[in-house]
Order: sequence, then C-alpha cells, then structure tokens
Amino acid sequence: MEKGREAGPENATATAGEGKKRELVCIRCPIGCRITVEDIPDGTRRITGNTCNRGAEYAEKELTNPTRIVTSTVRLRGGKAAVVSVKTKGDIPKGKIMECMEAIKGVELEAPVRIGDVALADVAGTGVDIVVTKDVEASVSA
Amino acid sequence: MHDVVIIGAGVSGCAVARELSRYDMDVIVLERASDVCEGTSKANSGIVHAGYDAEPGTWKALLNIQGSRQMEELSKELDFPYRRNGSLVLCFEESDRGKLEELLGKGKKNGVGELRILEREELFKLEPNLSADVAAALYAPTGGIVCPFGLTIALAENACVNGVEFRLNTEVRKVWKMEDMEDRENAGKKNGYRLETSQGVFEARMVVNAAGVYADVFHNMVSAKKMHITPRKGEYCLFDKTVGDYVSHTVFQLPTKYGKGVLVTPTVHGNLLMGPTAEDIGDKEGTNTTGGGMEDVLKRGGLSVGSVPAGKIITSFAGLRAHEDGGDFVIGEPEDAEGFFDVAGIESPGLTCAPAIGKYVAELIRKRGNFPKKENFVSKREGIPSTALADAARRQELIGENPAYANVICRCELVTEGEILDAIHRPLGATTLDGIKRRTRAGMGRCQAGFCAPKTVEILARELGRDMGEISKAGGESRFLTGPDRK
Amino acid sequence: MEKKVKLLVVGGGPAGLAAAVAAKEAGITVGDILIMERDGELGGILNQCIHNGFGLHTFKEELTGPEYAARYAGKVCAAKIPYLLHTIVVDIRAEGETKYVTAMNKQEGLFTVEAHAVVLAMGCRERSRGALNIPGYRPAGIYSAGTAQRYVNMEGRMPGKEVVILGSGDIGLIMARRMTLEGAKVKLVAELMPYSGGLKRNIVQCLDDFGIPLKLSHTVVDIDGKERVKGVTVAAVDENRKPIAGTEEYISCDTLLLSCGLIPENELSAGLGVELNPVTSGPVVNESLETNVEGVFACGNVLHVHDLVDGVSEEAENAGRNAAAYIRRKRPGNGQEKEPWEEPEQAGAAEEAAGQGGSAKGAVIGIKTGEGVRYTVPSKLRLNYMQEEHVIRFRVGDVYQDAVLSVYFNDTPVMQIKKRVMAPGEMEQVKLRKTKLKDYPDLKEIRIAVEREEHG
Repeated sequence: MEKGREAGPENATATAGEGKKRELVCIRCPIGCRITVEDIPDGTRRITGNTCNRGAEYAEKELTNPTRIVTSTVRLRGGKAAVVSVKTKGDIPKGKIMECMEAIKGVELEAPVRIGDVALADVAGTGVDIVVTKDVEASVSA
Repeated sequence: MHDVVIIGAGVSGCAVARELSRYDMDVIVLERASDVCEGTSKANSGIVHAGYDAEPGTWKALLNIQGSRQMEELSKELDFPYRRNGSLVLCFEESDRGKLEELLGKGKKNGVGELRILEREELFKLEPNLSADVAAALYAPTGGIVCPFGLTIALAENACVNGVEFRLNTEVRKVWKMEDMEDRENAGKKNGYRLETSQGVFEARMVVNAAGVYADVFHNMVSAKKMHITPRKGEYCLFDKTVGDYVSHTVFQLPTKYGKGVLVTPTVHGNLLMGPTAEDIGDKEGTNTTGGGMEDVLKRGGLSVGSVPAGKIITSFAGLRAHEDGGDFVIGEPEDAEGFFDVAGIESPGLTCAPAIGKYVAELIRKRGNFPKKENFVSKREGIPSTALADAARRQELIGENPAYANVICRCELVTEGEILDAIHRPLGATTLDGIKRRTRAGMGRCQAGFCAPKTVEILARELGRDMGEISKAGGESRFLTGPDRK
Repeated sequence: MEKKVKLLVVGGGPAGLAAAVAAKEAGITVGDILIMERDGELGGILNQCIHNGFGLHTFKEELTGPEYAARYAGKVCAAKIPYLLHTIVVDIRAEGETKYVTAMNKQEGLFTVEAHAVVLAMGCRERSRGALNIPGYRPAGIYSAGTAQRYVNMEGRMPGKEVVILGSGDIGLIMARRMTLEGAKVKLVAELMPYSGGLKRNIVQCLDDFGIPLKLSHTVVDIDGKERVKGVTVAAVDENRKPIAGTEEYISCDTLLLSCGLIPENELSAGLGVELNPVTSGPVVNESLETNVEGVFACGNVLHVHDLVDGVSEEAENAGRNAAAYIRRKRPGNGQEKEPWEEPEQAGAAEEAAGQGGSAKGAVIGIKTGEGVRYTVPSKLRLNYMQEEHVIRFRVGDVYQDAVLSVYFNDTPVMQIKKRVMAPGEMEQVKLRKTKLKDYPDLKEIRIAVEREEHG
C-alpha cells in the first residue's frame, strides 16, 4: 500500500551504477504506465514497464524530442460564441508550446467555422497546423 | 440641505427610511457598500424572536414584542418571506428547569402570549429529531422566521418608490455638527450636520446613525457622551434543503456548561441553519469564518439534535453583531447632539425589532418638523415572483407574460432569467452577483453558484450595458474576471 | 405541448446522446425518442473540455472534448432523433408504467411529456467551497475548476492572474495547464489526500511540464481577502486529514480553484423516488442499469462519476439498449404497426429467458463490496437479463500497489486479477461471464475485494 508519497515530478531521472535510469509516466493513454528507461553502455536503451508499443514510442520520443498536442481557443467574429476551440493537428516540440500559444493569441476567425478548418498554418515554424475542433454557426443577426 | 440623512442601508436604516417615506420630507440614505443589506443584516439567524429573552423594561424587550407583532402584516404588505414556525428553548438538565420558568416569567412580563413549558413526550412529538438528552422546553408559538434579505430589500425598495434617495458606494468618513464648522460658508447655519463621504459632501438637518458596527464611530464624532461598540462575531453553517425539515421549530438552548447555546432552525426558504457562535473581536471587518468556529457550531448544534447532518453543509458564513457596552440598543438623540438620532447597538433581536425601530425613530423625526403625510404614499410592494414557489398554473402565467421565466439559470433553486431580469430592473435593482443572489436566490443552493454564476454575470453585463469584466460579486474590488485577457 | 414518447432521455451530454443512439439502434423508432437538454447545444460538459485525450477507446484516436461530443451529436442528428435545447426538466414522476416528465422552455412554456421509459443522464456538479468547509473570508476569486474552465474556454475570459488550486482532480490539473498557457501563474496544487485524485498522465503533462508544484497531504486552511482573494494559507494535514499546526504557509494569489470531487446530480431522481447509493450519490441499479423505479434507467456521471468519457458512452449505450428492451417487453396497447424489432423471436426472448430461471424473473444475485472496494455498479444482477459478458465497474478506497482483485461467488474465490497499481482516482472493472454464473449452484452473492498479493 502506498501512502504519503512525496510529490516529485512523475518523470524522474536517477543515475545508478553503470547507466542512467529514468522513470517516466506514459501519457499516450489514460492508463499511465510507469515506464523505466535504462541507458545500456552500448548506446542503446532498455525500456520496461510499458504495456503497449505506444509506450515504448513515447519513452523514446520523450527522451530525445518530447512533443505535445496543444489545445486552446481563438477569438471568433460573428459567431454564436465569442471563442472557438482549436488544437495543433499533430504533436509539436514541447519547447515550442508557449510560442505556439503566442501565435494562437493573434488569430481571429470569422463564423461559421467547422471542425478541421485550419485556423493557422504551420504554427511557430513547426510545420503543424492549428485546426478548429468545434462547429460554430454564425450568429443570427436581428 | 436634506431633511434627513440616514447612514447605513441595513435593516434598521431601511426600516427608518421606509417609515419616513410616508411623510413629505427629503430623505437620503448613504451606504458604503454597492447594495443595501450588505452588513450585519445579511448574516444573521433570520429569526423573529417571540420576545421572552430580553430583560423587561429594555429597548430590546419593548421593540421585540412590537416588531414580532408587526412582522406578519408587514410581510404581507411588502411581500417578503416570513413564517410563524414557533420556537423552543431546550433544557438539558432537570436542575435547569428553574431557568425555563424564569424565561417564561420574563416572557409574560414582556407581553409574549401563548408561552408554555413542554414535557418530553409532547416535545418529541413536535420535534422527533431532538437529542435524547433534552429534559423539557419552553414553547413560544409566536416565534417566527424571516428572510433577512427579503425584509431589508423590501423596506428599501418601498422607501425608494416613495421618494427616498439611496446613494450606494458612498462611504461616510466624517460627520460634523454645523455649529462646529468654522468656515464662513456655514457661519450662521447653526442647525444640522455636514457629512463628508467618498462621494462628496452632504448636509442635513437631521441624521439617523444606523451604521451597524460603525455606529459608535459616527456617534463619537458629534457627542461627548461616548459610545463603544464591540463587533461580536457569529459563525453559522447552512445545510442543504434535503435536511431542511430536520427540525420544524426554531430550537434554542438554555446556556449550558459549554457556554451560550446555538440555535438550530429551518430557514424560511427550507434550508437548515445552525449557529451562531459569539466571539468578541476587534476588527469591524472580521467577517471571516474559522475552523474552530465551524467546529463549535456543529458541536453545540449537536447538543440539540443529537446527530448533525454535517455532510449536508452547503456553506458557512459569519456576521458581526454590534454589541454596545451597555448591553441594550441605543436609540434616540444624545443630550449634546440635537437632531442626531442613534440607532445603535442593534444586535439580536434587531432584525425582529426593525419594523418597530422604523416606526419609533420616524415618529421622533416627524415631530421635529411637522412634516405632512404624503397623499400618494404607496404602502404595498410586490416581490419578485418565484418560479420555485409557483404552482404550474402560475408558472405558465409568468412564462406567458415573459418567456424568460422558462429559462432556468440557477437549477439548484430553480431561478429563471425572468426573475433575474426583474431583480436588475426594479427600483434599487441589483448590480452585483450577490445582489441577484439575495433578491432571487440564484446561487444560494447546493452548488453555491458554480453553475449559474457565469450565466448571471453575463446577464448582468448585458442588462447593465457593461463588459463582463466589470461585473463584481459585491462591488469594490470583488470583480470576477481579473485575468490577463487577450486584447 | 402534449406529447407521448416511448423513451425520454434527460440530458444531452455524452451519456444521454449515446443512450438515445443505442436505443434507436435497438429498434425504437426515432419519433418515439426525445432528448431534453438544458443548454443551448448538445454535448454537455464536453463542450468546455477543449483539451485532448478523449475517445482513444471508443474511436481509436485522441479527440478533444468538443470533437468527441460532435461525433455523438452527429449520430443523433444523422438519425434524426428529436431533441429539445434550452429545456430544463423540473419534475419526473411515475404512475404505474407511465412516467410524466415536466419541463420548461421558452417555446413551450411549462409542459409535460408522457414516457414509457426514462434514461437519467443529468451528469454531475462540482463540490463547492461551502461543502468543503474551508474557513476564511468569502471574496470573489474562488471558483470551482469547471466554472473557471467555462469562463476561459467558452467565454474566452480569464478569472485571475495568480492561482492556487485545491484538489488534484483531473479538471483541476487540466485547468492548471490551461491557465498557465493563457498567461496566469499557477503557484501550487494542494491535495488533501496522500495521492492525487487525477490521472497520472495529467500530472505529467499538466503540472510537471510547466513546473507547477503538487503538494500531497496539504489543504487550504484560510482564505484572505475581503473583496477579491488576496491569498490563501496552506497547511500539511495528518493521517486524519486534520491540519498540522506550525506547517501553515501563506501564498499570495488572486484566485483559488477548487477541484475536490464531483457529485452526481440526482435531485430529479430523488423526487421520482429513485433509491440512491450514499457512496456514489447515484442511483442503485441492477444489471440493466435500471433503478428501483421500473423503466427508469441511469448512466454516465449521474450514476457514478467516471474518469473517462469512453466509459460513459459504453455505459450509456447499455442503458439505451436496456431501455429499448424494456419498452419492447412492456409496450402498452396493441394493434400498432409491427416494427422490425417486434419479430416474435426477439420480442419474446426476454420473457423466454425469464421462464428458464425458475421464478418469472429468475435469480437476483447481490454484488457486495469487500475490503477496499467502495461501491459497484451495478449492485445486483438478474441472471436472465445479464449480457454474456457483463462489466462491473467500481472504485477502490485507497492506493494499492501489487494487489489482487478477488471475485467470490458466495464464499468461493473464482477470479483473481493481479493489479500493479490501483487508486481511488481510477475506475476499475471486472468482467463476469453469464455462463459461469449460471453454472454455479445456488449463487446468491458475488463479492469483490482487494487483497494483498500472496508472495512465495
């Protein structure tokens, strides 16, 4: 039984013995597998604890080029709502998140919008588009 | 120059204002908060005391019995929730029976009718959830419960309709007797008072000092006979309506070895209320609840009802009662300040006394100027129709008049957009979320405005022609949306 | 508006939509179904959950909340299932097999619809500051996480600049990231329990990614600020969750977000006479997700609070199918046109099945919670109405590592499932096979318990 755990970062690094050992929590699905990544002296990595291939893929990527989906909203003109939700169509580098947010803040769309509409192409030079995630109709003017 | 300035739009100030509005005179109410009913009047037990508690011969005793007798008629005239549910004072020790008899005697002296002592069998028939430790109780069928916001707002609205001016967000900082003013402009103006406020200067022939816990401050500015008010904090726990029938009477306790008792009562809206604690504090703004206070309320409440449904608490709050050192209300003019009428030290049973205080003080003032009665005085006021209380036919009728009555904003208390619009657009209408809450009960329910607050804020902004960012909980800095919005 | 329908669905969120679609797919004519939704669009709370992570199980891809909602709303619209928006149900009552659902909206005013079956899908609400008994002042700036989420994601407005979050439920974690992305400073997430109430991946991607500290076994003991929040005092708590004197720390902030649990919204159910489970605050249901009021079914967060919308959809589809089956069995009146699902072999199937178990409805098996299991949904099984493989959902009461989930038939252990980690914040499930239950002689009771793994 686990009690009173100190809340350190879930993804921690420890150096022990010959190789670096890292503990990761996979974020690819809600299960949240605890993955251990060990550096082997031959330059490869040993990945354990994942329960599917996505976990291995995540661990590899998290250590080399961590990426995230970013979701936010953009302003909407003439719509039934003041803003509409958007997301990066694919992962972008973790380091680009705030830059991506800055770029999103400047966007304003005109209603109606549809799921999948490109709100902003190639955000922050990532090659990834910002796309709309909700249908919003134009407001009916009086 | 106004005839009368009233400092404070709590229940006492509003009651005086309403009674004065019967006469042809220029009355203005100055209130520092953004709405009426923002001080002690909003955070109390909501009880209409029968009147057995006060020492015979005191202001409290005299005005309590009058107020208690006037409340029902007033509630019909001004359309606010009031119910005569009867009250009980529990005695836990056989050895304390004498104290019940003593209360009974005091009650009789004060003119309280129908008082009697109940033995266990009858008592438990009336209140099956009482603690098994209860030995006997004093029963006062004339005790009642009232909505303190409903009462205060009704008085204020009716005063407003009858010509009293209300200046909100106007904090009085200094009160001068005219005769003490040295500047030339006022030379010769011997009578009256000058009030410096956050919104400029006001002058009046007479002042009503109904400033709650601050009444001593203003009194002491004009009188050498000093007054001292201690804020006495009372903490309360309010329970969900699902346990609103836990008791049907207002259940008091004789003081026990654990100290002064707390009450357990249904509210007029069907919740269950427990409290208050009684702690003298220095801070006139100290309306915070404390962990210890809440624990105390539940522990002492538990003496009356055995098990307390603690999981059903929906909120807790604290109010400050204005306790004057003399222990009684201070009402009327100090010897050295003619035309300055104190309505001070109005602690319990102040809410009950409000109608009587209003009449008494108004009469004192009226005599000073032989003000004629207004011919067009409007004595009736209609409250906001409540969807929750309406039957199907009435609901249909309301929706027929305005479809907004079909748009439910607060689902816990079943408050519709129609009621909120009414609250905003009626005389002295709401401009804040708390103002809406106290007028319509939107946000008073079990989710405590989690669901309806954004919608209410939106309606307020729309109706008042303001940006949502300007809408506040209760004026001042209490705005909801203070974050870094995108421009 | 006087209307009669076969199935009325209360709530147009993910649960209500999935239930309605499933009922239609099970053969109920679309015109005989009606969804009532209080908001101005279908999709419920998903519309403000703009983050991704939904639907991996259902659609095999990661969707945002609005996208997931749109999939189901799309199904409802494509099937032409009628729905009413801006419509709030104010009362449900049952007279015999008929239910009367009273609702209000601007077009119809106050009106009552007669229904044969009702699916309750009203969702849940957040626990408020008042219910948490947090002492202090009552200024502006205290929001439940979901309320803040609505302001930020639906209105495009920020509730505050400097934020402390109490409670590490998923909405709180999601809002920590969301507020940070929008330029606020999230100073701390404090959690009363010694473990987080949210998903682990949300701690990684919402807190760790942004360096937001999480303090377990901590709570807010005071709120400062008369008008707007000025700060909060946070303290460590002992094993009884009582604040430890001397550990108080004042944190200046203008906003306190609360993410301290969700409560199924069952006021309508209670008014109808539905029996509620005090642990879940949701209805007590049988294998068909039917409450003690015949023909009234419950699913989604009104039944018990879920972690994942995929679980809601699956459960709701079951509720919709079961409601359809109920309607088929009990359809009042006769001489109506035959519909596809009225084929004798299907219509009579349930009754036939009922005949096999001895008594008319067959055996009823209670599901009991053993050590470590807080509740189960359902809490009883009527063997004849079970699916071949029946999912029992539940939550554990503590964090368990390397433990075993044991299932007992009467007192015999019949199933042992090794679990690396179990936590109260993550719903568990076991699957029971109908054949196994049928084969077990004189089965009265099933018990599910958490046990330590036997070593050696």
